[in-house]
Amino acid sequence: MLDRRSRLVLTAMAFAFAFLYIPIVSVIVYSFNESRLVTVWSGFSLKWWRELPQNTAMVSAALLSLKIAFVTATVAVVLGTFAGVALARYKRFRGRTLFTGLITAPLVMPEVIMGISLLLLFVMLERLTGWPERGFTTVAIAHVTFTMAYVAVIVQSRLVTFDYALEEAAQDLGARPAKVFFVITLPIIAPALVSGWLLAFTLSLDDLVIAQFVTGPADTTLPILVYSSVRRGVSPEINVLASIIVGIVTIGIIIATLLLQRRERIRRREAWTG
Amino acid sequence: MARPARAYLSGEESRVVGFAEGLHLRLLQFAPYRGTIALGRRVGITGARFVIAIPYVWLLLFFLTPFLIVLAISFATPTEMVPPFSFTAFADGAINLAEAVGKYLFLFSDSLYVSAYLSSLRIAAISTVLTLLIGYPLAYGIARTSDRWRVPLLMLVILPFWTSFLIRIYAWIGILGETGLLNQVLQGIGLLDRPLSLLGTEWAIFFGIVYAYLPFMVLPLYATLEKMDLSLLEAASDLGARPFRAFLTVTLPLSLPGVLAGCMLVFIPAVGEFVIPDLLGGSETLMIGKVLSDEFFLNRDWPLASAVAVTMLVILVLPIVLFQRLRARQAEGEG
Repeated sequence: MLDRRSRLVLTAMAFAFAFLYIPIVSVIVYSFNESRLVTVWSGFSLKWWRELPQNTAMVSAALLSLKIAFVTATVAVVLGTFAGVALARYKRFRGRTLFTGLITAPLVMPEVIMGISLLLLFVMLERLTGWPERGFTTVAIAHVTFTMAYVAVIVQSRLVTFDYALEEAAQDLGARPAKVFFVITLPIIAPALVSGWLLAFTLSLDDLVIAQFVTGPADTTLPILVYSSVRRGVSPEINVLASIIVGIVTIGIIIATLLLQRRERIRRREAWTG
Repeated sequence: MARPARAYLSGEESRVVGFAEGLHLRLLQFAPYRGTIALGRRVGITGARFVIAIPYVWLLLFFLTPFLIVLAISFATPTEMVPPFSFTAFADGAINLAEAVGKYLFLFSDSLYVSAYLSSLRIAAISTVLTLLIGYPLAYGIARTSDRWRVPLLMLVILPFWTSFLIRIYAWIGILGETGLLNQVLQGIGLLDRPLSLLGTEWAIFFGIVYAYLPFMVLPLYATLEKMDLSLLEAASDLGARPFRAFLTVTLPLSLPGVLAGCMLVFIPAVGEFVIPDLLGGSETLMIGKVLSDEFFLNRDWPLASAVAVTMLVILVLPIVLFQRLRARQAEGEG
């Protein structure tokens, strides 16, 4: 039996979820539209799905974006883990306040500010040293800089609930610090590393503004290409691309949820029997 | 090399550890890797210092230094050269103050820039309030459902965030247009007789910002609401408070840190937002992010664009510091 208050909350939730999902569903539906006009339904067709793979510019931009995202996520996980460990573990060191500020600022910094400042840095560096050439490298460096903040926050919150007695015990038993890190700390923060990597990968894949500032003329990432084609007008091919992305993400999230649940079940069973 | 069995690790965990250890051992064969570690030991950078120093140096080089460069270039003079600025105001020893700070005076006196700043702040503030109004009931509802539903519902909130930001904004073009879904539905059920033109208005920008940033509001709100001690509500109702009054006097104040954190996570990036007004807003809506990129890319006036960025940062310093305080307190509170 629902009282009036629960019904109010449920209505608000239903409204919010409809708001979240109607745009996504409409994009998927219209990717099967016969007509070039995105807003007028004129019959079911797969022709836009057949045409997308032939769009070589889009395919190569997608490959470039995936490569950048892979490099970014991998470097960001290493740097972000160090930063997260530093924040959670070392309560006082010289310059900690500045360090904390530098870590958390990229979480909220407007993208145009990060874009313009990194571009100016790269321009100055290139004039002074001849490195880096704008393109893949500069986009990856820029993406690492803002995604490592997210990794650091995830790792830090995982470490806050961490029992340091485990590390001390390993040390007392004669393990060297590097060994303690690999055998004790790393397995415990492993889930945080996985979600940090995935988040960094997605953020890098999705970034438009910063990439637009720091990339060179030769390297067009997928968001830059999509943006310029959207500005020229809506196109059914973008609907197909959107549907593919939504499909991949949905499958990924379902698999992740199932894996987490299975892990949780194994843990619980071991806790009972062990 | 035989490794000890690690009975306390699950299969996946021991694979991760094995991989990391193997990588370390393999990299030890390479002189640069060994050299870096040896060099670190010699200058006293081991363990703790190494862990702090690496991200610290990265952030100093790629996050702090760029801001200092922007600040410096904002005092330069635009030229036709490559790069298009020079420090003529600082030539021959004496500083030409009027030339150096002239751009800032220009920014504050020119109505275009002042109104762009004001409308950015106004649009970001209104969007933040709208996001809170939609996000609060959502977070509240999820935090109060049964354990079984909580994770799937949270996943449903986060899922759109993992798909492309650009495509989520693009979807609204098809919905808000004159022949779009919204108008078709509203006309179909007879609420409207003429199509409503939302695309190109400020309302379209509000829709876009609320839509793009909703998860950033819901997650911190959920975190505070979920942690709340429900016996406080029972106490309030035992003392005769009606549910709504109990909500106003107990739940709302206790969730205030989440409200503030969520609002900062939406408001600060929204002020500099540039894609949403460009795609959904009309040509008459000026937001400062758009002005900045136009000055930079179209007019190639790097010093003026830098001055716009510096001014935006100065305006946002207060909310950013507030956000950092909130985060620091929350991080300490968890431990």
